[in-house]
Amino acid sequence: MQDWREDKTFFGAAIALPVIWFMIFFVVPMAIVWAYSVGENVGAVDIAITGTFANYAKAFSPEVLKVMGDSVVLAFITTIICLVVAFPVALAMTFADEKQKMWLLLLVMLPFWTNLLIRTYALIAVMRTSGVINSGLEGVHGLLALTGLPMGTFEPLPLLYNKFAVVVGLVYVHLPFMVLPLYAALDRLDKSLIEASLDLGAGHLETIRRIIVPLAAPGIAAGLVITFIPALGAYLTPDLLGGPDDLMIASLIERQFKRANDWPFGAALSFILMYITLIFFAIRAFMERKGGKVGAH
Amino acid sequence: MSDRDTIIRVEEVTKRYGKVTAVDRVTLEIPRGEFFALLGPSGCGKTTLLRMLAGFEMPSEGKIFIDGVDMSTIPPNKRPVNMVFQSYAVFPHMTVFENVAYGLKFDNVAKADQYGRVMAALADVKLDHLAERKPDQMSGGQRQRVALARALVKKPKVLLLDEPLSALDAKLREAMRFELAELQDKIGITFVMVTHDQDEALAMACRCAVMDRGKLMQTATPSNLYEFPANKFVADFIGSVNLFEGTLEVDEPDHAIVQSEELGGRIFFDHGVSGAGGEKMWVGIRPEKIELLKREEGSTPPTPEDAPSGCNVTAGTIRQISYLGSESIYEIDLINGRRMQVSRPNLSRWDQEDFTWDDEVWLRWHGDSPVLLQS
Repeated sequence: MQDWREDKTFFGAAIALPVIWFMIFFVVPMAIVWAYSVGENVGAVDIAITGTFANYAKAFSPEVLKVMGDSVVLAFITTIICLVVAFPVALAMTFADEKQKMWLLLLVMLPFWTNLLIRTYALIAVMRTSGVINSGLEGVHGLLALTGLPMGTFEPLPLLYNKFAVVVGLVYVHLPFMVLPLYAALDRLDKSLIEASLDLGAGHLETIRRIIVPLAAPGIAAGLVITFIPALGAYLTPDLLGGPDDLMIASLIERQFKRANDWPFGAALSFILMYITLIFFAIRAFMERKGGKVGAH
Repeated sequence: MSDRDTIIRVEEVTKRYGKVTAVDRVTLEIPRGEFFALLGPSGCGKTTLLRMLAGFEMPSEGKIFIDGVDMSTIPPNKRPVNMVFQSYAVFPHMTVFENVAYGLKFDNVAKADQYGRVMAALADVKLDHLAERKPDQMSGGQRQRVALARALVKKPKVLLLDEPLSALDAKLREAMRFELAELQDKIGITFVMVTHDQDEALAMACRCAVMDRGKLMQTATPSNLYEFPANKFVADFIGSVNLFEGTLEVDEPDHAIVQSEELGGRIFFDHGVSGAGGEKMWVGIRPEKIELLKREEGSTPPTPEDAPSGCNVTAGTIRQISYLGSESIYEIDLINGRRMQVSRPNLSRWDQEDFTWDDEVWLRWHGDSPVLLQS
């Protein structure tokens, strides 16, 4: 086949539309927001681009730093829990036969195709004071009390509107982001390597530790980054499941654009979030280059 | 065979996957120190049997004993066997040394002794100079040596080899055949090799088990498989053979005669076959055991001296010639239309010129050449 990049007219025509689309919907709006981030509020609606860094400086105030710190910690905990939960799931999918594989993949993907808002409210229904979990616990408590055990009165567990609820919600939402790259990495692995390890006397845990994890490292790194980045920028989940003290960075940004009507500060926060994201992308790229050699054989 | 000399005993082993029977009531014994080959076409169950020896598959029925111990409940990592995988399965994230040392970690070998044992195993496969290499810097043949050293360093009672030579190029394959056989001879460990390549099995193994569709067809030495096949499948799978259907006409202790419509004549055996007379059976004659003679118009059949007149001779016309250097293979159409294959060594540099296309020939063979096959 002729190399279509040789044909300048065709190449230009093929690439023009995506370039225009990318310019209008990504580059230009981002440039405007970036310009706002070095601007100042003038009156109620106008923003003057003054080239000030005051908005960025404001982001280093203790209150904002706390939100950012909380966000990073919550996203980090979420990512680690996702890894711990997703690894066995991905491993099971790898060793399932073709038919089971399809079903497991469907189960992982199903929440993906359901509206986030619906899923979050469903989670609230499960976790609230009179929700499924607490009702169930109350029932068990009642039964135990009937047997004459000194149980006291039932106190519903405070499952909602705290950091616990936020982490549960974030893990729930982001699990597929971890399962899929892990599954892709594990499925590519030559199964005879695992058999060879067993054959040489290693147990299953030793084989996971010494063979599977090192060889799946690029996939694990990809999963960590792909999970961490959207978890860090999550908006709906912490907003609905968290309490007033459990603000994450996206909610803070939303407040600047809406309630506080401080677009320049909101823009600066947005870009700080993006810089953090880019740092993690850079780490991923670095790990991939390092891990690339291991994967190739 | 007493238990002491038997390292592997497979008793009535069957393996089913759903409705498919991969291995069907196989029973065999492998003596200690033997180079044993499992031979058969792809899908015959030989790899499944090997994987059951390694412990990666469990028999649906029957038992496997290794060195007298029932393996029914023993997982692969606790079995006294090690395997060389078809894809070699060399760990890509470890150096050659680390690959070979891997299995020793689980054997409670003192750190101080590990180095010596790894280097000795690498020396056995002539790789001691590449201990610090990573597998991606090595050729396929070298990776296979790593896999071999990695298995042998564990001093297994049995080494299992899954199609060990199939991924190598032709020249290297031939060299490795001798090397593997020599290595086995030197270290004395029982080798069990799976292969679909009959040349490989015949050249390397002390004994071969031929399998077809899950069933064991025959277990014998290479020469017995070739010269005394137990059935049509073995006769046809090992080497080339001309098979003719026929009925037993004479069955005496010292000779037998089979009448074959397919051949259009009678086949004389200079030995008894002790089969039931009249029953349908097959006669196999190897191409190199048939002699070609020029046939003149109106000449009489030159019956071989050890057969009664009219037996073990037939007439035909040469249709195809494959000149292979050391020998030539002639495809000959018999008068009744059946095709027969005859091979003839080119002993002198001019032998291939003796016969050419469309030559009229006699084909004849001695009374000890054909084999009678009941199934």
